[in-house]
Amino acid sequence: MLDLKGYGWMLWQGLELTILVGLGAMAVALALGLIGAWGKLSRARAGRWAAGTYTTVIRGVPELLLILLVYYGVPTLIQDIAEGAGYEIIVDLNPFVAGVVTIGFIYGAFATEVFRGAFLAVPRGQIEAARAIGMSRALTFRRIVLPQMWRFALPGLGNVWMVLIKATALISVIQLPELMRNAQIAMGATKLPFTFFFVASLFYLGITIVSMVVQRRAEAWANRGVRRA
Amino acid sequence: MDLAIIWESLPRLLDGAALTVEITVISLAIGLALAVPLAIIRLSSNPLLWMPVYGYIFYFRGTPLLVQLFLVYYGSGQFRPFLDSIGLWVLFREAYFCAVLTLTLNTAAYTAEILRGAIQGVPRGDIEAARALGYSGTLLYRRIVLPKAFRLALPAYTNEVVFLLQATSLVSIITLLDLTGVARIIVARSFEPYKLYITAGLMYLVMSYFFILLSRFLEHRLSGHMRERPASGSAVSEPR
Repeated sequence: MLDLKGYGWMLWQGLELTILVGLGAMAVALALGLIGAWGKLSRARAGRWAAGTYTTVIRGVPELLLILLVYYGVPTLIQDIAEGAGYEIIVDLNPFVAGVVTIGFIYGAFATEVFRGAFLAVPRGQIEAARAIGMSRALTFRRIVLPQMWRFALPGLGNVWMVLIKATALISVIQLPELMRNAQIAMGATKLPFTFFFVASLFYLGITIVSMVVQRRAEAWANRGVRRA
Repeated sequence: MDLAIIWESLPRLLDGAALTVEITVISLAIGLALAVPLAIIRLSSNPLLWMPVYGYIFYFRGTPLLVQLFLVYYGSGQFRPFLDSIGLWVLFREAYFCAVLTLTLNTAAYTAEILRGAIQGVPRGDIEAARALGYSGTLLYRRIVLPKAFRLALPAYTNEVVFLLQATSLVSIITLLDLTGVARIIVARSFEPYKLYITAGLMYLVMSYFFILLSRFLEHRLSGHMRERPASGSAVSEPR
């Protein structure tokens, strides 16, 4: 049943692009997550408001709609604004960039919550002690908070990654030739939809399993200095 | 900016939103009904029972919903002669049936996992006390374990409800005219993408927060007997 009629290479190529999109989006999500957590915990009301709006909106709107909005909506919006200012321009987004940015933007909201929780999990006394021995706020963050935050954030971030990599399948609607899109093309040529989507699903399952193993190792490594009760 | 297009499209968008809610509610109801026995079987000590359920949960949680949707909608075509022979092709031909079937199987897997955690979270002492009073089997589950487990599961289940609501937007890819589907069609005709997608997004936002408020209300109602203690166990978000 799993005879791929010579289209197996397309799935492998798609897998490669899926992983690339996933890694790129994860990098964007981590950066936005740190900024978002900083905003949520800041004393400035504007920072809290901006970060709060960001996570509220992202959690309430489907990923697919956001992808469509970014890929089709943003270029038109820029064109309309330029037209209003008297310029005629054509903006075209690259599907890879649109995918990485949108998925990263969405999962940045989830990473924000993870980082916020991790920051709050660092014992306050340590921060006060660091300040008391004369470290500046920036140095305290770099030397005391950040190294420990990773440990608390790791389980949540692993979760974000596993959900994010599955969300990359949605990029196929903007024609990026990742795993899903290539499975669709192969299906069109061979008329074997079940075979190709099933194999594609096993590829995703493989990514999930590998990620779980890596996450377990990473957590063991991050907790190597912690004595277990 | 000309906003007339939004005003004109509003009735059709609301029709789409109605289909979104309909698919969400039907899938949630059947999914929850399936999840309860699945969670109990998952906790069985007999490997012949728990292993298939574990495999099912692992598969549906480990693969994208879009693949599952395509497997059912397009994949069933590969077995058309067989499905025809047992009279099920009339069902699999319909995008609506495929959408509800996939979303149901998907949410049942996630919900079973939430309930499994909640059942395991029921304090041992409660179960020992019930056993000492002579409770066992079905009665123990019905009167002691499940009511407590449901209460423990509610915050995580709220997240599941909101994620499923948003996940229904994928049915637009298999031609259904839910809120996203309607927005896509109007965009294809009018070429006003951001106005329509932002309107649809706001409608999803309102629906999501309606479900969240509803669940907060339920949580409040169900926890009356432990009111003045500070609430522990926050709703850890588990994004899909």
